[in-house]
Amino acid sequence: MAVSTDRPAAAPARGDQRAARTLATRFLGYATLVFFGLVFLYPFVIQIASSFKTEPDAAANPLSPFPDPLSLAGFERIFAGTNFPLWLGNSLLVTVLVTLGRVFFDSLAGYALARLRFAGRGGLFAAVIAVMAVPGVVLLIPKFLVLNQLGIYNSYAGLVVPLLADAAGVFIMKQFFESIPVSVEEAARIDGASIFRTFWSVVLPMAKPALITLTILSFQGSWNEFPHSLVSVQDPDLFTLPRGLADLVSGSLGSGTQYPLKLGAALLATIPVAIIFVVFQRYFVRDANDGADKG
Amino acid sequence: MATETLTAVATAPGTSPRRRRGGVRGNENLAGWLFVAPVIVILGLFLLLPILMALWVSLIDWNGQGSPFTGDVPFVGAHNYTQLFTEDGLARRDFMTSIRNNIYYVAIVVPAQTVLALGLALVVNNRMLKGKSFFRSAFYFPSVTSSVAISVVFLFLFANSGAVNALLGFFGIDGPEWFADSRGVLHLLLGAVGVDSPPAALTDGGPFGLTWWDWLAGPSVAMISIITLVVWTTSGTFMLMFLAGLQNVPVTLDEASTLDGASAWQRFRHVTLPMIRPTTFLVLTLGMIGSWQVFDQVYVMSQGDPAKTTLTPAYLSYRTAFRDFDYGSGAAISFVLFLIIIVLTLIQRRALAERDTDRPRRGWRRRRVPERS
Repeated sequence: MAVSTDRPAAAPARGDQRAARTLATRFLGYATLVFFGLVFLYPFVIQIASSFKTEPDAAANPLSPFPDPLSLAGFERIFAGTNFPLWLGNSLLVTVLVTLGRVFFDSLAGYALARLRFAGRGGLFAAVIAVMAVPGVVLLIPKFLVLNQLGIYNSYAGLVVPLLADAAGVFIMKQFFESIPVSVEEAARIDGASIFRTFWSVVLPMAKPALITLTILSFQGSWNEFPHSLVSVQDPDLFTLPRGLADLVSGSLGSGTQYPLKLGAALLATIPVAIIFVVFQRYFVRDANDGADKG
Repeated sequence: MATETLTAVATAPGTSPRRRRGGVRGNENLAGWLFVAPVIVILGLFLLLPILMALWVSLIDWNGQGSPFTGDVPFVGAHNYTQLFTEDGLARRDFMTSIRNNIYYVAIVVPAQTVLALGLALVVNNRMLKGKSFFRSAFYFPSVTSSVAISVVFLFLFANSGAVNALLGFFGIDGPEWFADSRGVLHLLLGAVGVDSPPAALTDGGPFGLTWWDWLAGPSVAMISIITLVVWTTSGTFMLMFLAGLQNVPVTLDEASTLDGASAWQRFRHVTLPMIRPTTFLVLTLGMIGSWQVFDQVYVMSQGDPAKTTLTPAYLSYRTAFRDFDYGSGAAISFVLFLIIIVLTLIQRRALAERDTDRPRRGWRRRRVPERS
């Protein structure tokens, strides 16, 4: 980093010296922020710019944030020359179904684990905690085996059903339900409401912040999900966006590197999550800190 | 589980009135199981059952044809495992190469992302700076994007005529062909000080079928580009964890040490760092657990090439099963990887449990991030 850290050598008075030091610290702070801001954001700038460049321009001026000339050829070929619209449709379908499933099933289980007293609850919760530690990548072959055995390999069911519940979501919901006062639902129960009715019309409405968090996490998780689609489907008609994108990059596209096309497709795949991130940022932040406490 | 006992105490007062109405308890038993049933079915069917099935497959020699659960498939016992460790051959060489690659990967990624995350957190936590929330989001944004999409971007950045080489060109450095360069970084460093050919002592032999010279290659140039990508994407998440940790450092403590004349470095070293030790430990262990699972980036960017220097156990198990149709061997690699990760997780949980007994738990509230200016 080319930032000067020199402090003014001789300040006349103590106060001046401290002010100068504060100024220097502040300058250094901003310089660091801006430098890392560029490191973290400029790749996206390059991505956006390059997807609007012509292929020779992208190769000749990889750092330039301005396409010259501006070209939509990459995007035209994304829609005309690849299965992008199909992947988009599949991704949307999978994401919506998985998100709905996770929000519903995880909150049901989370509520039961937090509030209902039933035999085996402690053991079940321990199991949920244990399951959270199982790393996804070691499950690639196992998942393929079970999907094959159940006869849903290479189908929408294979793509969606295994993702319909997740242990981390159950954990988040359980923690939240434990934090809301029990008195309201007790009143509902005493008034004769059934357990499900109490859960559905009394407890769930109070759980809105946790439900939003879970919705966003599920959306982001299933939209970006790659390894599962790799082992659950083979038919190009069932590819989701990440799978199609990976195929696009590793497969042969004919001549040239086609970077504008590839970057454009990656950009389109990133936009939905980017919008959600900007709008619901604080819920993402909360997730990261849940992670911090999960242990 | 600490949470468990806490819940029991919290719900205990509700027990007596309900019990009077009889049957409610039994009702709750049924409802409880009904409520958790969908999750149990899905996780059981697609998580626990698969693990058991894969355990079986790792003991047989299945090539993907027909069902692995009939008597037709030859049972080979521990052979799929022994060929990874004790029998000299391609399987062991590939597996040990992937382990070597991943060790170097962990050795660079974990310290780099931890230091970067802590540094970013310290800057973003600075009370004197404005516009911090924008930068906090900017640093965190790469973590939420699709690993595949980001890998595509980095393929372009590290292309021969890409942005990274263009940037190096500004400084007069002729950048390498990142994804074609299988030379190990340590070998390159040795070459720079004049050691061009390996000493015979190191090429004669070594543990597990790789020569000492191969073990000491360091990460390849190609691996460095993947390492860069991963550090770049994960630092934001860990920065948020450090930020949460820094919130717990009392401002008064910081001020007191300033009045005592401590320099910024002394304050960091003797006040901040000890206060956030649990977070640092968490970040280090989560980083280690995560870096043994690198898969998506390898799949998209290098497929284990060049010269197998970006092969990782996760990717090798996938490739062995789905490209070479040796499912038994692939499953065995998965289980060895599983074991590595589980051991790391247990170490982490034990240490966290010790930490938690010192501190009262306060449920959801504590998890919430205080609003920052």
